[in-house]
Amino acid sequence: MKITKEEVLHVAKLARLNLTETETESLINDMGNIIGFADKLNELNTDEVLPTAHAIPMQNAFRADEVKESFPREEILKNAPDSDGDGFLIPKVVE
Amino acid sequence: MKYETVIGLEVHAELSTKTKIFCSCKNEFGGEPNTRCCPVCTGMPGTLPVLNKAVVDYAIKAGLATNCSITKYGKQDRKNYFYPDLPKAYQISQFDLPLCQNGYIDINVNDETRRIGITRIHIEEDAGKLIHDDYSNESMADYNRCGVPLIEIVSEPDLRSPEEARVYLETLKSILEYTEVSDCKMQEGSLRCDVNVSLRPVGQKEFGTRCEMKNVNSFRAAVRAMEYEQKRQAEILDNGGVIVQETRRWDDVRGESIPMRSKEDAQDYRYFPEPDLVPIVVSDEWVEQIKNTIPEMPEQRKARYIGEYGLPEYDAFILTSSKKMADFFDATVSEGAKPKTASNWLMGDISKILNDKELEPADIPFTPAQLAKMIALIDKGTISNSAAKKVLDAMFAEPADPEALVEKLGLAQVSDEGAILQMVNDVLAQNPQSIVDYKAGKDRAMGFLVGQVMRVSKGKANPQMINKLLKEALDKA
Amino acid sequence: MDLYTLTAHEIRDMIKEKKISSKEATQSAINRINQVEDKIESYVTVLPDEAIAQAEAIDAKIAKGEDVGALAGVPMALKDNMCTKDVLTTCSSKMLYNFKPPYDATVTEKLKNAGTVLLGKLNMDEFAMGSSTENSYFKKTKNPYDITKVPGGSSGGSAACVSADEAYFTLGSDTGGSIRQPASFCGCVGLKPTYGSVSRYGLIAFASSLDQIGPMTKDVKDCAMVLNQIAGYDAKDSTSVNIEHPDFEKALTGDIKGLKIGMPKEYFGAGIDTEVTDAITKAVENMKALGAESADMSLPLNEYALPAYYMISSAEASSNLARFDGVKYGYRAEKFSDLLDLYCQTRSEGFGAEVKRRIMIGTYALSSGYYDAYYKKAQQVRTMVMNDFKKAFETYDVLVTPTSPTTAFGIGEKTSDPLQMYMGDICTVSVNIGGLPAIVIPCGYDKAGLPIGIQIIGKPFGEATVLNAAYALEKTITKVRPNL
Repeated sequence: MKITKEEVLHVAKLARLNLTETETESLINDMGNIIGFADKLNELNTDEVLPTAHAIPMQNAFRADEVKESFPREEILKNAPDSDGDGFLIPKVVE
Repeated sequence: MKYETVIGLEVHAELSTKTKIFCSCKNEFGGEPNTRCCPVCTGMPGTLPVLNKAVVDYAIKAGLATNCSITKYGKQDRKNYFYPDLPKAYQISQFDLPLCQNGYIDINVNDETRRIGITRIHIEEDAGKLIHDDYSNESMADYNRCGVPLIEIVSEPDLRSPEEARVYLETLKSILEYTEVSDCKMQEGSLRCDVNVSLRPVGQKEFGTRCEMKNVNSFRAAVRAMEYEQKRQAEILDNGGVIVQETRRWDDVRGESIPMRSKEDAQDYRYFPEPDLVPIVVSDEWVEQIKNTIPEMPEQRKARYIGEYGLPEYDAFILTSSKKMADFFDATVSEGAKPKTASNWLMGDISKILNDKELEPADIPFTPAQLAKMIALIDKGTISNSAAKKVLDAMFAEPADPEALVEKLGLAQVSDEGAILQMVNDVLAQNPQSIVDYKAGKDRAMGFLVGQVMRVSKGKANPQMINKLLKEALDKA
Repeated sequence: MDLYTLTAHEIRDMIKEKKISSKEATQSAINRINQVEDKIESYVTVLPDEAIAQAEAIDAKIAKGEDVGALAGVPMALKDNMCTKDVLTTCSSKMLYNFKPPYDATVTEKLKNAGTVLLGKLNMDEFAMGSSTENSYFKKTKNPYDITKVPGGSSGGSAACVSADEAYFTLGSDTGGSIRQPASFCGCVGLKPTYGSVSRYGLIAFASSLDQIGPMTKDVKDCAMVLNQIAGYDAKDSTSVNIEHPDFEKALTGDIKGLKIGMPKEYFGAGIDTEVTDAITKAVENMKALGAESADMSLPLNEYALPAYYMISSAEASSNLARFDGVKYGYRAEKFSDLLDLYCQTRSEGFGAEVKRRIMIGTYALSSGYYDAYYKKAQQVRTMVMNDFKKAFETYDVLVTPTSPTTAFGIGEKTSDPLQMYMGDICTVSVNIGGLPAIVIPCGYDKAGLPIGIQIIGKPFGEATVLNAAYALEKTITKVRPNL
């Protein structure tokens, strides 16, 4: 499978990654190899096969609608790279 | 050229569950930023979602109330995108197996019933809020709203005018209110909608290219946005242009929509089954159980108001279009108020005040019992209708016992016959010419004299009594 | 004799019998850490003072006769992707270099309630992506049997630590072999439980549908003992299975008479070192001598499990790791022009090469136009692989295979070719695809003296069976300690 530079850059954009020229080059190669390896899956006919999301079948894992105390705000914000004590600060967003 | 407008709506309603969709934080509007949060709803590493069963219950209820079929085997999916109001960088939603599908609601437009298809209803989590005011070079993320449960109700492109769309929205709103699935408080953002509009030449079968409008925060804004879009697209088509499929942002202040910048970064949400959650399997018993909890719906209630209370159809329709309003009405009547009087007050002065203050029926600060008591005071003649309006204003400002308010504001009518007779005699003594005029058959003289007595009583004298006593005195004179 | 050489169950019993205090056991482990950690580098964070304080608190409670839990006073260490309240939890990534979670993982909480003492947090491949622990942002952990070799990965720190006696037991996590392959390389015992047996709450996710936490221990009895503490339903994890687990320690009878062992031929062919297959075959002979029966059989779809695994795990990872964006926790780039740039710079600087590679592959596999061909296809193949196993377990009680095609390889030897590195997971990933339990224990040593691990795979919730099989086998193997 050949992965083009454009594809690598498009995927990087979706994934919010800035790639250096070297990284881009090696990803063209590595992704090509790995996706090429995954193309092996096409050897199998899966037309009638249902996809499996979990190996152990489970259903209806629910929680009762009961309020529990929230966390103190300091705990929620303590790992924030930038905070004013009220919330998480980010560069100005123009909506 | 003549065009037909085609409208489809995606309505997001916040569910009125006690807790959020995937954690036990309180589901409540507002609050100090980031105080209704925990590691789960703020997307901290290692945390896992656990679905609130009430969310599924409410969504099924909404589905049943809109004639949907309930999906027996549903699942949840991740919708991946980066935005600072979405702390996990994916929204847990439903992609190909929504909880409810293929429903409809009937709406009444110009005395005609139109059936509007509901494509699907699915559950998902709300995002947080970004605060821009008070911050100069930054924005602040508040995650209180993260994880508030939503249903998204997607209509078929069955609506043909902004007016139809408005009626659809009103009808849907009352269904959600009646089933108590959502409190539908527009100003708190409990109900929001995205609007899809396209035009096609009259008679053409194929749909035209549609544009989606976001940030529509009220029904009024929705109608304005649709009207704007209708006009914009018609102008483009009339000038030989083509409509570009795009997402536009409605600016209600400027009354216009502008394309959103997402064009260059074509959205690819990379939906896939949420591996942290398991399938939702809905049994027939479960559906049956929820069916039994669906209360009297607006149509039934309207019929009851007409049949039992003898209200005019229009009044019954207006009252029942909001569940809170209808509940308030029922409670006021059961407190002893005459249905027609209670209805008049609720549809008249009370609705007007709510409108002026941009409040909803749920925000009426006083109780039905207080309203019933105020009505009783009018019936007893303690206060006049105009004084009652002042009492009502006072009850909105600071709810209190109407009797105490009448006292406090000095609004009680003077119904003491002796006192009023004294005033009548004084007025007649001072206006001999009016007596002459009255005797000469001039009706205006009577009106003038009533006014004079009222003035002397500072507006508090019982008007019927003035009339009666004045007439007696004049006839004797 | 130094306490640190003892097993966890020996320490547990001695503390219970008041022969030693928890403080002594803890101090001995800390002494050992001071002695060999410079060489091994298995820890990201060591908590000597906190551990001693915890041990003293346990000792005080014991003195008062209070109930202090089933593993009272036993010192242990956790892989650094398990959240520990107010204690650094880095995933060995620059991205979380300063992250102190305000909550405990369920396993952390359970082990706390069992009375254990936390010695520290263990090195790993960044975000558990890798097979050599060379992808750690902080350090390269060495194999205690030969410090020029890798300890395996991604739980390389957990394996090396317990193998070098720097803790009495540790926990690892396993997405595609991350407990079993390092256990094999470092000559310790490692168990990946059935998916849903151990809560994932507080385990920083790599691939949610595959990740499981499991014990890494000095012997099989320790493994059963620790599993008893961490297994069980957790309401905080929707994928946690609500079933009654047996007492795994009591299940260790050593009796494997009539145990039906399947040996899938696909695991013994080309690409697997003969020294490895020889050791496994010999181990199966030992088990047969104890009354087990074995037969060659086939799992024809095994070769497809690996590509399916890489598609599924990378896709889930690309989504799970999207939250690391410099807004809520962890690293934030110093220079950025706007929000988009903050995201991109933070993620480009905060993630290492392997993590970026997996995010890229996973994003690709989920992106518009490729979902059906890669992600959905892999999920379908997953169904087929599971059916393969289901059929096999109609005949066999356990399946026995090598854990890794080779013994521990040299540091730096495989870093240049990612696909080659991925191929090393050929023996382990199908177990995760099938959600099955599998244990690895040392069953021999190669000419260079490096351990060879045998993998025993069970049916869903068959932990007791694989533990007992391993327990019986273990008695027939002469264990060689690393010479440090």
